[in-house]
Amino acid sequence: MISFEIPEDIIQQRKLFEMVAREVMRPYSRYYDEHEHEIPWEYVNRMWPVMKMEWARRVTKAEKELAGEAKGKKSGSGRKYHFNLQLVFMVEMLSWGDAGIYLCTPGPALAGFAIDAAGTPEQKVRFLKRFAEGDPKWGAMAITEPGAGSDVSAITTTAVRDGDEWVINGEKIFITNGWLSLEASDGLVVVWATVDKSAGRAGIKSFVVPAGTPGVKVTKREHKLGIRASDTAALVFEDCRIPADNILGSPEVQKRDTKAGFKAAMMTFDTSRPVVAASALGIGRAAIEFVKEKLREQGVDIPYGAPKHKLTAVQRDVLQMEALHKMAWLLTLRAAAMSDERLPNALEASMAKVKAGKAVTWITQKAVEILGPLGYSTEYLAEKWMRDAKINDIFEGTGQINTLIVARRILGYSSRELK
Amino acid sequence: MLSFTPSEEQQMLLDTLHKFADSEMRALAREADETGEVPEHLVTTGWEMGLLPAVIPEAYGGFGEGHSMVTSVLALEELAWGDLSIALHILTPALFATPVLLEGDEAQKETYLPRFCDERFYPATAAFVEPVFQFDPLAMQTSAKLEGDTYVLTGEKAYVPLADKAEVILVYANEGGTTQAFIVPGNAEGITVKAREKLMGLRAFPMYRVELDNVRIPKENRLGGDAGANIGRLLNYMRVATAAVAVGLARASYEYAREYAKERVQFGEPIAHRQAIAFMLAEMAIDIDGLRLMTWEAAWKLDRGEDATREAYLAKLMADDVAMEVTDRGVQILGGYGYIREYPAELWLRNGRGIATLEGVVLL
Repeated sequence: MISFEIPEDIIQQRKLFEMVAREVMRPYSRYYDEHEHEIPWEYVNRMWPVMKMEWARRVTKAEKELAGEAKGKKSGSGRKYHFNLQLVFMVEMLSWGDAGIYLCTPGPALAGFAIDAAGTPEQKVRFLKRFAEGDPKWGAMAITEPGAGSDVSAITTTAVRDGDEWVINGEKIFITNGWLSLEASDGLVVVWATVDKSAGRAGIKSFVVPAGTPGVKVTKREHKLGIRASDTAALVFEDCRIPADNILGSPEVQKRDTKAGFKAAMMTFDTSRPVVAASALGIGRAAIEFVKEKLREQGVDIPYGAPKHKLTAVQRDVLQMEALHKMAWLLTLRAAAMSDERLPNALEASMAKVKAGKAVTWITQKAVEILGPLGYSTEYLAEKWMRDAKINDIFEGTGQINTLIVARRILGYSSRELK
Repeated sequence: MLSFTPSEEQQMLLDTLHKFADSEMRALAREADETGEVPEHLVTTGWEMGLLPAVIPEAYGGFGEGHSMVTSVLALEELAWGDLSIALHILTPALFATPVLLEGDEAQKETYLPRFCDERFYPATAAFVEPVFQFDPLAMQTSAKLEGDTYVLTGEKAYVPLADKAEVILVYANEGGTTQAFIVPGNAEGITVKAREKLMGLRAFPMYRVELDNVRIPKENRLGGDAGANIGRLLNYMRVATAAVAVGLARASYEYAREYAKERVQFGEPIAHRQAIAFMLAEMAIDIDGLRLMTWEAAWKLDRGEDATREAYLAKLMADDVAMEVTDRGVQILGGYGYIREYPAELWLRNGRGIATLEGVVLL
């Protein structure tokens, strides 16, 4: 039954995050934009208890599994669990607050999802427990390398088995929260490395490297166009030794189509892409609201329902911004809802990411244009939103890579047929 | 709770409509466009599927549980996927019946709705559009003036579907600065059905200019009676309906171009192997899905009795662009074959531009 009714718990949760956004994000937006590499503690301290609770819940579940209690038992309340929907609504609101600060959300983030998706119950408990207690900690996912951007299979970081250990060597760049995870807190990174270069994708595995492991260091913290509050680090692994059971999934190279390995890792994108879309759309909403507010102060309202010839150029621009925003948001909700229903959503996730990335890039650029001299000024946040928004068309798969994924899916083509 | 899956009943309806659209509408679409006529039997078959009786409550002779705009947009997409001209021809009576169902008073519902529950195609229509460059549905030039117990209607209407056969016409007119709708018998004195519209597209869908010269109707014939009708609400339904046919039309063009691109070999491989083509198709697919969700959301809001002005308007604005862009790409991907009438792409492009203009002639 087609319905757009937002579950009550999400509406409540949204109000909570709106307060967070208003109280510890917006007022500090400009400060952390101008003070790159400082940690936005106002936000971090506010969010840590919330994140701790969420990960504690997951750890408890893994502990029960480990103790041999029934796996995947339905929760007694019968309430439908909609984690992915909660997530996109949360991220949209927090990014409305500030997309750079939102990325500093304490917790294991993508690394956590990877561990939760591909880890054994024992690994989940061992790696995730730190995120359920103590001081704020971060996790990071280390995939990109200087020579491996969109082409993930070109990864050259190696993991070699040596007795009871894996030895990791290589360089990783553009790692969101890499410094926060390894140096600013007792967190961890999930690093992608190949155990057999000749095997291509099948040889790529993911490994958990906790903070404090000798042989890994942060070599650089990037200076960026936008999302400056967010930590973007380069990491170098030099004979970095981790226990053999820090590998996520099977070490077997030939095993295909299992939960392990490359495919499992790529599947985390099906969850994360709608989240990135939601982040873009939060910024887009901020920009649209600001433009409408400023226009209203000048006596310009948006006349929904008016014939086109009665619209001014600015009204038409704003309507276009709103229509594109709505379209991308509905695509995002669909992709997230499908995740919750455990339906395959690679196509829909990429569709949402493509549309949201492109739409919000355009929306925020248009906002600066419409607002004129003050839109371009750092006195207001519009110019910052434009700089922040651009990242969403780049990370978690550029707009082009996601368009390619959509194209392959709708045509039924492999990556060999459609390069 | 958010859900993007049609109900079982809706899915059954969709399957039936798809079969009809695929086997019967598609087979005759080109011929209908060339001759300007939809074969009678096709209209009859379409009518017999009972889309209108399905929404008319039992009390008025139907078997419906009431109107559902979500079901309507699903049906509209599927029929428009078959062929827009034929779809609009079959659905013309809804231009009269749906407003009566949504905004009519009790007497109007009792009088008119049973007529749409007959096996025979009941030729009813609406006169909405006017022949001006800058048409504004909320500032119409056709006027309605109350003289005693009689409304007097004067003006010129355009794009009136099946006006030559219509037994009743719902005429939209300006009553003292606001738009209202009036039920006018097709044979009323002062009505002249003039030339058939000659349009860029929709050529199989007969629409006419209609002149109203002091047409007198009883006061009770104003839609909604004494209270009048909420025309803003009806406009929202019309916009969502128009956006829904845009989805179906765009999908037709996209699917054809996609299959063509997989078969057309140049430089030794299918042209769909090239990103230049594949990316166009990907963007078409995304826009179609996005537009569909916008129409669903607006329809869902209408069904809940909420104000859907913003959603309906944004969906329609988006539909104007998506219908045009997708059908244009649909021609482009076929290259020279897109431009010749032996292939369907050019027909979809001509119809695609129509979406921007068709507000007021699509409803279910």
